[in-house]
Amino acid sequence: MSAPVREPSRADSPPAITGASVRPGDRNFRFLTTWSGILVLVILATIAAFLVWKSIPSLTTDSVNPLTYQAWAPDADPPAWGMSVLIFGTLWTSVIAMVIAVPIGIGAALFIAFYAPPRLATGLGFFVDLLAAVPSIIFGLWGLYNFMPQVVPFSEWLATYLGWIPIFSNEKELYTKSIMIAGMVLAIMILPTVSAISREVFLQVPKGHIEAALALGATRWEMVRMAVFPFSRPGMISAAMLGLGRALGETIAVALILSAVFEINWQITEPGGNSVAPNIALKWGEAGANGRSALIATGLILFFITLIVNMTARWMVNRRKDFSGAN
Amino acid sequence: MGDATNDPRVPEGTVVLTASGAGGPGGPTAGTLDVDPDRLTGRRLPRYAAWVCLAVTVAVGVLVRITGITIIGLADWVVALAASFIGYTAWTLVVEGRRHAVDRLATTAIYAAAAAALVPLFWILITLVVKGFSVLSWDFLTSTMRNVNPRAEGGGVAHAIVGTLEQVAIAAVISVPVGILTAVYLVEYGRGRLAKAISFFVDVMTGIPSIVAGMFIYTFWILTLGFPTSGLAAGLALSILMVPVVIRATEEILKIVPNELREGALALGVPKYKVILRIVLPTAISGIITGVMLAVARVTGETAPLLLTTFLAQDMNGNPFSGNQASLPVFIWDQIQRGTTASLDRAWGGALVLIIIVMIFYAGARVLAAIYAPKKV
Repeated sequence: MSAPVREPSRADSPPAITGASVRPGDRNFRFLTTWSGILVLVILATIAAFLVWKSIPSLTTDSVNPLTYQAWAPDADPPAWGMSVLIFGTLWTSVIAMVIAVPIGIGAALFIAFYAPPRLATGLGFFVDLLAAVPSIIFGLWGLYNFMPQVVPFSEWLATYLGWIPIFSNEKELYTKSIMIAGMVLAIMILPTVSAISREVFLQVPKGHIEAALALGATRWEMVRMAVFPFSRPGMISAAMLGLGRALGETIAVALILSAVFEINWQITEPGGNSVAPNIALKWGEAGANGRSALIATGLILFFITLIVNMTARWMVNRRKDFSGAN
Repeated sequence: MGDATNDPRVPEGTVVLTASGAGGPGGPTAGTLDVDPDRLTGRRLPRYAAWVCLAVTVAVGVLVRITGITIIGLADWVVALAASFIGYTAWTLVVEGRRHAVDRLATTAIYAAAAAALVPLFWILITLVVKGFSVLSWDFLTSTMRNVNPRAEGGGVAHAIVGTLEQVAIAAVISVPVGILTAVYLVEYGRGRLAKAISFFVDVMTGIPSIVAGMFIYTFWILTLGFPTSGLAAGLALSILMVPVVIRATEEILKIVPNELREGALALGVPKYKVILRIVLPTAISGIITGVMLAVARVTGETAPLLLTTFLAQDMNGNPFSGNQASLPVFIWDQIQRGTTASLDRAWGGALVLIIIVMIFYAGARVLAAIYAPKKV
């Protein structure tokens, strides 16, 4: 499973003994596949290039600092817009999503890998993956009309009894459409990502380590803590980061649930907040040329943030792959 | 995958583990047996302990409900559950000792996490069926929103279904060849830094936010090349999201095609491209089809890229190459925005249709995989 088949590559170079030339079919096919691979790199580079190019007009005409200003009027004269509110909201909802989804996702993965009876484990894995197939518009619809009413009492309770903690305080006495509810729905959406990747990593833990721990009299939890976690820590971190990548870019569900207010809002039980991707979806239709350019600029920032998060995560997974072969 | 899950498991939980003489605080060692065989193991909780705790949870939950000291709505049950968690752990601590108490606590937490991961899926599916089913009718499936006041009753999703299927088909037509060829390159040809770079950036590309894909097609296809918004533009945006998924799925399958097949064919003098086209790809076809279907299911529900690349049409438009085109996700989005009872009903109906289409792709993936699975010799 871990060692991919790579041998036939050596047949690539034509055997020198016969001196045969490369067959045209071979050459063409190889050319085709290589360029299709290169196309992927080209697309990615083009995405970055076009987003940069098309966001320049709005960035140069902005009358205020586009990174720090806290209002959105790109089509006004002079244009004044900034994305600090959006970036803050994106990060804040994603952090809440991570706090909820990572423990539950890893717990579910542990259950599937080490606790559940084999037959149940397969079915369970399938169901968790199925959650990933639910479209985000449905998460938004359900989150707004079914999930939110159930969470509001909990928000009230948090604000009433834990209101002395600044992030839970709520002076508006309104509890719907809050950052917390958006974060919770995001958590549900990234759960399959976190869970599926941690599960993969857990299944790579050498059986010898697990059996040795159990044979020495470790309880199951001690086995997990001493044999599974040290081996799979980088994998778990990258699972969390890939989940983060998804949460950062999620658009429609957050756009439906969060009431769009253009201010930095730490209070997670109060309604209001904003985020990069939902802001694009909500403002796109009514935006003028400069407005769209400004929205593209925010999309560019989002693109780079997710790119960095995903690259770090992938780098960690790949590094793990390299030396897990030694076991 | 199945094997690895089998082994570390101990059938009856920790009870059997200690019964084999392996652990327990007072675990007896050979020669020091001064008790009857019944005390061979450490002191254990009775087998019914978990059920007792479950019963206590339910009792506490019901009590809280009845007496009306409702704290936090549905979360009452969570509180009750947490209370019995702590009780269970404390009980274990007293009877079995600290290590087993920690183990119990972790086990319960992990079971709870698994349950918590499943709740949303079933909650969503049940809600969709309950709310969507009453809206669903032949009329709803076959009529469009033409001449229907979007806030009033009536109308249907026929135009949106057609739009979704066509846009997804366009995405598939573009991304399947590119995806499979790239996967072939990565597995059969790719060496060195180029292959490593492609492989890495394919992974990175799977994480592109869908709205960025839509934005790219808008800036590239519509703004720069000057094409109008259309179903085609939506399909292009979806293909950006679909390509990396197809590549990854195909690559995984090609890697597990047995090497002996390639070597055998090459040894018989078959050109390498024919080995790939006639031996490797046919062997892997079931897995590739599954991967493609899953990728299709994945992009079917995408909303954000469509919002930027085509405007919602209320009428049937069967031609994705000209004019705006509706699609199910955008239809649902639009109906939610209208905010009337009738439009919300339509949104739920549309959501049910959408999830049914996604599930058909999922089920189709499994069926086709079974049909094309390599025959066992």
